[in-house]
Amino acid sequence: MPADVWGERKHKDVRFDPASAVERRDGLVIIRADTKDGEGRMLHYKVLNDLIRREMLAGTRHIVLEGVMGHRYIASTANRKELYIEIRGTPGNNLGAFLDGPTIEVFGNAQDMTGNTMNAGRIIVHGNAWDVTGLAARGGSILIKGNTGYRVGIHMKEYCGVRPCIVVGGTAKDYLGEYMAGGTVVVLNLGGARGSPVGLHLGAGIHGGKIFVRGKVEDHQLGPGATVRPIEEEDLPELLWCLEEFERAFHTSAPKDKNEYVKIAPASSRPFSGHYDPTSV
Amino acid sequence: MAQPIAPMRRMELEAPERFIPVVDAGLCKRCKKCVSECSYRALDFVDGNVKPIGGCVACGRCINVCPAHCIEIRQIPSQFPAHANFNERVRRAIMSQASTGGVLLTSCGTDIAYPVMFDEMLLDAAQVTNPAIDPLREVVETRTFVGGRRGRLQVRDDGRLHMDEGPGPTIAMDMPIMIGHISLGSVSYNAQKALFAAAKELNILAGSGEGGLHKDFLPYAPHVVSEIASGRFGVTGDYLKSTAAVEIKIGQGAKPGHGGHLPGEKVSALISQTRMIPLGTDALSPYPHHDIYSIEDLQQLLSVVKEAVEYKVPVGVKIAAVHNVGAIASGVVRAGADFITIDGFRGGTGSTPRIIRDHVGLPIEVAISVVDQRLTKEGLRNRVTVFAGGSIRSSADMIKAIALGADAVMVCTAAMVAMGCRVCQQCHRGVCSWGIATQREELVSRLDPEVASARVVRLLRSWNEELKEILGAMGIDSVESLVGNRDRLRYFGPNSKIAEIMGVKHVGEGWG
Repeated sequence: MPADVWGERKHKDVRFDPASAVERRDGLVIIRADTKDGEGRMLHYKVLNDLIRREMLAGTRHIVLEGVMGHRYIASTANRKELYIEIRGTPGNNLGAFLDGPTIEVFGNAQDMTGNTMNAGRIIVHGNAWDVTGLAARGGSILIKGNTGYRVGIHMKEYCGVRPCIVVGGTAKDYLGEYMAGGTVVVLNLGGARGSPVGLHLGAGIHGGKIFVRGKVEDHQLGPGATVRPIEEEDLPELLWCLEEFERAFHTSAPKDKNEYVKIAPASSRPFSGHYDPTSV
Repeated sequence: MAQPIAPMRRMELEAPERFIPVVDAGLCKRCKKCVSECSYRALDFVDGNVKPIGGCVACGRCINVCPAHCIEIRQIPSQFPAHANFNERVRRAIMSQASTGGVLLTSCGTDIAYPVMFDEMLLDAAQVTNPAIDPLREVVETRTFVGGRRGRLQVRDDGRLHMDEGPGPTIAMDMPIMIGHISLGSVSYNAQKALFAAAKELNILAGSGEGGLHKDFLPYAPHVVSEIASGRFGVTGDYLKSTAAVEIKIGQGAKPGHGGHLPGEKVSALISQTRMIPLGTDALSPYPHHDIYSIEDLQQLLSVVKEAVEYKVPVGVKIAAVHNVGAIASGVVRAGADFITIDGFRGGTGSTPRIIRDHVGLPIEVAISVVDQRLTKEGLRNRVTVFAGGSIRSSADMIKAIALGADAVMVCTAAMVAMGCRVCQQCHRGVCSWGIATQREELVSRLDPEVASARVVRLLRSWNEELKEILGAMGIDSVESLVGNRDRLRYFGPNSKIAEIMGVKHVGEGWG
């Protein structure tokens, strides 16, 4: 949707009761995002997010969003651990930004910046999730059944045993795990793509965390600071946990033979310490 | 038989020392306080006397702690043959880089003697045709409101007033000053505590910097502007919701186009906890925000942050002053920023490559005026609060910045100096002897947050009083009437083109 059209819309002026978009059935709360207002326009994202926030504060545990068509910022900063949001349709950019606990399951594709600066929770995508997925995530899981785009898992971090993970069922594009400071990224290549399932500049500037790729990774694909390392015994629980997380999300099985995976790890936790002259002349 | 040739020695071509602490042996009490207080290890106690052993940066700590007042730091005269072009500064940089092969790192604002337009402008005063006001006996308002004002007020056919969108969230500050974004990490716990406490006492805002908000500082949150920079350190929903305003940092005057880099030495347990990163790793902020490649993308981040704070606090954007700052500011306002902070190239930092600090960006004086003129021309100026920073050294700079078009100024280095900083430009080394730009426990404890805070409070209060004096002299009873009032400025410098760009008349030009 063109951003300016949405930005200019004065949703407050519309004589329309947003509550008419909410339906309660069999213990579920269903919000129809494609409900039309008096002028035939879909719910504005502000209205949709406000409805979700109200339901969350009221203690609703299961929200179904139907007819989602590019609504942005869904469930940003949602923080009830027990909340489960089921999305039917195509959510817009920044799905689950700053997410802190809930589970979001998308039956469709997600757009860019899914799980931006996420803190905790799970985002499950039964399709593809595009560019900059999991930017600066600090915790939680992002599980993608299909493929993902460019610059995924950038600057993920970990702290005090809290570690984010991204598992991609298919393939990923360039700059996967750029600036990565912690966490785990796994690319499964379940579709059996020919060649490498990841693009160029893999782990550029990585100084923490690990990337596991099922398939071939050539030296020229590695970014500065990234190295291929053998998978150690101590890596296995982490890898297996991610694979099981994927299996739980999609009720499928993920290949567990460690010999099929390549591990990419940082060459150093201080990649640029020799780059500078601190003499201060 | 010929003498064997001596094995070649590494060429020792280190640059000569710049400063030497000289101790008067006759007065010295041999208490060795200076030796233990020198965090740069420039002094030693040898054979019953304190001796300089090199590495002095003129931080002045030894002078301050000496009970006998017998230490003097001397600037060593240049040891280089005079050359105005290959000056000493140039030759020192070459020597250091030839030794280390590194990108020169430095701190604080640039020390190059670029022209300062603040010093080339004179203010107006009221005479005869308009009365001056005595600020000690009459009200001169310095309260400043921060936030978007995008609503339009209309008189309807029935004569009633109608505002279409409302003003949006705003914050009132008692003076047009904000303490800039100085992160916990670049400065110590005690230093940040002092700054936050000063902001609370003065009822103004202070920036958190990119490092999150320590849980002990939550009581100050109503006076803190949280920051989202490219590293997203410490950014959680709760953090954003707790503070008075949120600022998306795109750039910083001291290093436009450069990301942050907190060296591993400064990532102590405390910093690791607030930034939520492992101990001792480099805290790197990427150069760009990888979710912002355009104004439309910036609009998305602004929108998602507004969603996150539920539209309850202003959300703004900080940009470094660069050559096309007018157009960029216009885009930032159109993207929905409630306030915009412009940081000029002379601004300070806790660590930056010297090449960027000294050679990239625009002076803040020009940037403020260009942005104010552009936003006014496009009918956007009323929508935002404009903050300006980048070496606001005095109340005079503040007043001129406001007259050029800023709503309020951002102050960092001056507040540091109030707390004890001597601007020795060594912050990036993490061993600040004043306990400001360091994370070492034994150094941090040297800074008493209460004393430091009181000094910042007194400094900024006195600036505000000086602002009132000037406003009164101009016959203006509210600082808001000075904003963008370039007619009250006159340029008194060598370059009238600059005056033309700033929209400031030359000295001698009147208006009637």
